[in-house]
Amino acid sequence: MNFNHLGRSLAGRFGGMLAVLSLVSVLVFILTRLAAGDPIALLLGDQASLQDIELTRQRYGLDQPLLAQFLYWATEILKGNLGQSIFLQMPVTQVLLDRVEPTLSLAVLAVSMAMLIGVPCGIAAAVWRGKLIDQCVSTLAMLGASMPSFWMGLVLIQLFAVGAGWFPVSGYGDPGAPWNIRLHHLLLPAFVLGTLNSALIIRFTRASMLDILNEDYIRTARSKGLSEISVVLNHGLRNALVPILTVFGLTLALMIGGAVVTETVFNLPGLGNLVVRAVLRRDYPVIQGALLAIAGVYVIINFLIDVLYLVADPRVRHG
Amino acid sequence: MADWRESFRVLFARRVVLMAAVLLIGMLLMAILCTWVLPYEPMAMKVSQRLKAPSLTHWAGTDELGRDITSRIFYGARYSLTIGACTAFFAALFGTLMGLLAGFFKSLDAVLMRLVDAMMAFPDILLGIALVSILGASPVNVILALTLVYTPRVARVVRASTLVIRELPYIEAAHAVGLSTPRLLFKHILPNLMSPILVQLSFIFAYALLAEAGLSFLGVGVGAEIPTWGTMVASSTQYADRALWTLLFPGLAIVLTALSLQVLGDGVRDLLDPRLKGNT
Repeated sequence: MNFNHLGRSLAGRFGGMLAVLSLVSVLVFILTRLAAGDPIALLLGDQASLQDIELTRQRYGLDQPLLAQFLYWATEILKGNLGQSIFLQMPVTQVLLDRVEPTLSLAVLAVSMAMLIGVPCGIAAAVWRGKLIDQCVSTLAMLGASMPSFWMGLVLIQLFAVGAGWFPVSGYGDPGAPWNIRLHHLLLPAFVLGTLNSALIIRFTRASMLDILNEDYIRTARSKGLSEISVVLNHGLRNALVPILTVFGLTLALMIGGAVVTETVFNLPGLGNLVVRAVLRRDYPVIQGALLAIAGVYVIINFLIDVLYLVADPRVRHG
Repeated sequence: MADWRESFRVLFARRVVLMAAVLLIGMLLMAILCTWVLPYEPMAMKVSQRLKAPSLTHWAGTDELGRDITSRIFYGARYSLTIGACTAFFAALFGTLMGLLAGFFKSLDAVLMRLVDAMMAFPDILLGIALVSILGASPVNVILALTLVYTPRVARVVRASTLVIRELPYIEAAHAVGLSTPRLLFKHILPNLMSPILVQLSFIFAYALLAEAGLSFLGVGVGAEIPTWGTMVASSTQYADRALWTLLFPGLAIVLTALSLQVLGDGVRDLLDPRLKGNT
């Protein structure tokens, strides 16, 4: 009975996810095809003859009607083929895969920093609600949400990379550099992303801890004579774990595509940096592929969070 | 009217909110008046004065072409504030319409909200880049792109509030008296959505300010020749090691303005909805 209920909910969410993914692909296609610049003209330069242009156009399928282009593109995606990069002369899938590692490492490191800052701050703000510490934490969270990441990155580069020389100024080390070199390159950008994105985690942790600390069982735990630390951590935090995990997933999903600016400032060879370059070169297949991959990962992570919610929370599980 | 005066009194009783409002009004006034009250033209180049450190003559120093940074920050505020305000206004307008329709008509809800989900699957800045690169770099196109980016966010908030309000007894009563649907929507539901919309307005103003700066920094914003806070930071990067002030002050303008907007939005939220006080 309960299993059926859970199964139905899961199937509903799954259907919803597929619908959103299809819409995402339509949006990506429309977006890139509306673009004003002609990639063929850019690729071939001013000297190309009309015939060359027509031939190249045919080679990339750009002479077909839009709907035909979309259907062809969509079936190829389902086969795992995202097309060929016009500029890099490589399959888009390969281009994307080459860029995943820096972005993923950056996102994981940054989200860890954000959690290390956000969860303790959020708990403290909830426990001492309305007190000075709560106000300080709220102000800091708001400051984080008001700081442009590129500006913070540039200032930190000036202070700690150019000035103090503690960190590399930009890049990701030589190709094939060992992990400790790459980690060294990631610390400053991860700090920028992590501190700025901790605002969301602080708000989320604070709100869910406040909800829980008002529950009856917390009063019971206190009246049993448990220490305040035990009440907050064992009875409070444990029950706030699901919402906190949710915001962890959300932040991770946001960072995978949202690190565009940070990656550009620190010149990290990640997905975001790739998109910016592809946009400037009007490399449609790469823009399409990257947007699709980033939005797709976001939708899928959101779906997984929903599933986690359904499975982990008995109140949701039993309807 | 006395009602409004009382609201303002409560709102500005909090010193941070008052400070935020003063800062915003000051920024607005300077943006309007800067070309008349400041001694330097924002575009006037003077090579002998290039990259001068902050001093009594140039409070925030000069940039790589010898232009006064203080003048340029306030002149740039014209663009940055206009783009932020227009984006917030249009996103609130379209988002409210979309959210109202989705929340009120069950038949539209699924379609509109899936569309909102799909649009929100793209990170703000990424969607902004894609849109501006399609439309071309210009202030109007940045407003257009950012409006598209933030409309779904408003739609989601407005829909959630509409869903709650439409179940309230007074709506049922209004329905029972035979009010037309548009009248019901705009006269009876919309006024009760004003507080979440107002809060969203100030937050989206702040986000749009940051997004515009980010886009201009990446070179897909208003165009390099227009001095917004984003383009000023972007052009400072080459000189920041010798002239940190070229980087510092335009950035501070962004941070202070965005922070003030969020503080104000937070204050308005607490005022309009005391139940939410301190609960974000």
